[in-house]
Amino acid sequence: MKSLYRIYAIFKKELTQLKRDRMTFGMVIMIPLIQLMLFGYAINTNVRHIPVGIVDHSNTGLSRILVQTISATQVVNFVEHYDSLEQGEAAISKSEVRAILVIPKDVSQRLARHPTVGFGLPPSSDQVTSRPIAHWLVDGSDTIVAGAIKSLRSMPLTELLSKPANRNTPTFEVTLLYNPEQRSAVNIVPGLVAVILTMTMIMFTSAAIVREREHGNLEMLITTPVRSIELMLGKIIPYMFIGSVQVTIILGLGYLLFDVPINGSLMQLAAATFIFITASLALGLVISTIATNQLQSMQMTIFILLPSILLSGFMFPYEGMPEIAQIISEGLPATHFLRLIRGVVLRDVEIFDMNYDVYWLIIFTLAGLALASIRFKKNLD
Amino acid sequence: MSEYVINAENLCRNFGDLKAIQNLSLKVEKGRIYGFLGPNGCGKTTAIRLLTGLLKPNSGKIEVLGFSLPKDAEKLRLHIGYMTQKFSLYDDLTVKENLQFVAKIYGLSSKEQKSRLSELLSIYGLDHKQHQLAGSMSGGQRQRLSLSAAVLHKPELLFLDEPTSAVDPENRREFWEQLFDLSDQGTSILVSTHYMDEAERCHKLAILETGIKRADGSPEVLMQQMGAHVVEITSSNLRYLKQQLLNVDGVITAAQLGARLRVLVRNSVIDPLAFLSDQPSVNATDELTQVRPSLEDVFVTSTGEGRQ
Repeated sequence: MKSLYRIYAIFKKELTQLKRDRMTFGMVIMIPLIQLMLFGYAINTNVRHIPVGIVDHSNTGLSRILVQTISATQVVNFVEHYDSLEQGEAAISKSEVRAILVIPKDVSQRLARHPTVGFGLPPSSDQVTSRPIAHWLVDGSDTIVAGAIKSLRSMPLTELLSKPANRNTPTFEVTLLYNPEQRSAVNIVPGLVAVILTMTMIMFTSAAIVREREHGNLEMLITTPVRSIELMLGKIIPYMFIGSVQVTIILGLGYLLFDVPINGSLMQLAAATFIFITASLALGLVISTIATNQLQSMQMTIFILLPSILLSGFMFPYEGMPEIAQIISEGLPATHFLRLIRGVVLRDVEIFDMNYDVYWLIIFTLAGLALASIRFKKNLD
Repeated sequence: MSEYVINAENLCRNFGDLKAIQNLSLKVEKGRIYGFLGPNGCGKTTAIRLLTGLLKPNSGKIEVLGFSLPKDAEKLRLHIGYMTQKFSLYDDLTVKENLQFVAKIYGLSSKEQKSRLSELLSIYGLDHKQHQLAGSMSGGQRQRLSLSAAVLHKPELLFLDEPTSAVDPENRREFWEQLFDLSDQGTSILVSTHYMDEAERCHKLAILETGIKRADGSPEVLMQQMGAHVVEITSSNLRYLKQQLLNVDGVITAAQLGARLRVLVRNSVIDPLAFLSDQPSVNATDELTQVRPSLEDVFVTSTGEGRQ
């Protein structure tokens, strides 16, 4: 009872201080707001309008129609004509364009023999009779850009000849569940919840106890009957509310601006978020018992934040990482939360169907709180 | 044993190679104001931290209010108040919010809280300031706030670490009046200071130097028992006279006070006036008077050895 009362005392004090600290209060709202807008619009893995050049050796009506057809896909923008291959390559190395399309002199003959056109059906292995009609030279250093241009490799040429497409039966039928339009925002917005919560929650709590130490308040606190676990809990409860506000902002705006559906139940969402917030706060508290000043606590927060962005599956798929990176990734709370929130928001799963991640986060939280309470000694030794 | 609120024996505490406290033994009686007098860095704060359980001694025995430290430090916390050297309440909370916070931490019910807070605010003259942020107050006001927070839960024993270092003389006077009020109500107080006039107000005091207790007792007794005579000389060339006298065997030290030179002469000299008059540097026209020793004289005689 007394213990609850002391937790309440710390909680209320923390809330009053937070209310006075306009800057921090503003950041609580502005960080998710601005970052959502920024990343929601900016991060797009469906690359469009890549600037490319053209080297047209044939200079015929056909080559011009070919260029227009390619432009119509919106994957590339033809920005420049070059007279020779050398000029084109120089333009790539100067980064004026990302790729050049080289159209050979005999483009019309090549097209005529091309299997898609369907004048007879020469064996596809016959390189002499059937050759690609033009050639892309691509700056392959950015794999996503290169991939987008590679996707043009087998674009249909039906419009070029106003003929029906030849009926190739695909080997596989593919149905895209949960994100049929393949919009990046659907994957990014729930992921942003994980990244922003990792950042703000760890940052706020890691500074919380360090600040008391820097200002000399700790010397007063430790002469009072308050216990370390009470201090820890009183300090993190206000931030649980802040975390919930941030999640609401991100998912609410994601729904309004980016049309990201929330397919799962809100209760499941709240539960998943709650587990993750407490895990991040516990981690922040551990940091605050290690750091001796606010600069150090900030450095340690960044140390956690960067892998949480890059390795958690937010930026790059978990499956694509080498085993060692996957092991590191498993050690980050953000990874587990990312799976949970994408599951709940996009696929309407119950979080306890994803037992492993739930238990992992709960155990992490308890271990973190215990470690922080043990490390935070109530003396000055 | 219970007449002593603090009973410490042979305390030692090192920080690496630095011996912060060496063989400190201390007995503080109930209801008294006990002073720690010493220069900066002499171990006053360390001693207080040892006695409040914030630091563990390397060796020695501590008993405070019957609790043995550092074992029972947690239980002791309900019974002591501690006012730190640096202001340690929250700058971004108001006077009232700070006190409410401390009251809740000590588990006062909201009714007790209300009456105790209004009582404290009026005793320490903070009524009109109760909605002001602590960070925007003057040194004297902050110090009164710290004191009211330290005594909020009516502790039996109060530790004050250089409470008046950031306070003007008038506030200091008032502050000491408040300490005597507390003492009168039965609170035992341990206060550290480097001001002589404050030390003189204590019932008893210990003089600390480089972690070693040089002397202890009531100020009067210390002054009486001081191993030196004090003679004041009025002369024309005091700076020269001082240099000459410092070389004389039997003179401990000499310090100028305006137009007078205050000379401490060893007790082994039977007639200090005659002894000084006989010195060649002292003119026949100079006036010599033997005066009552001050606490500063006690301080200088008892700590002189350690200084270079």
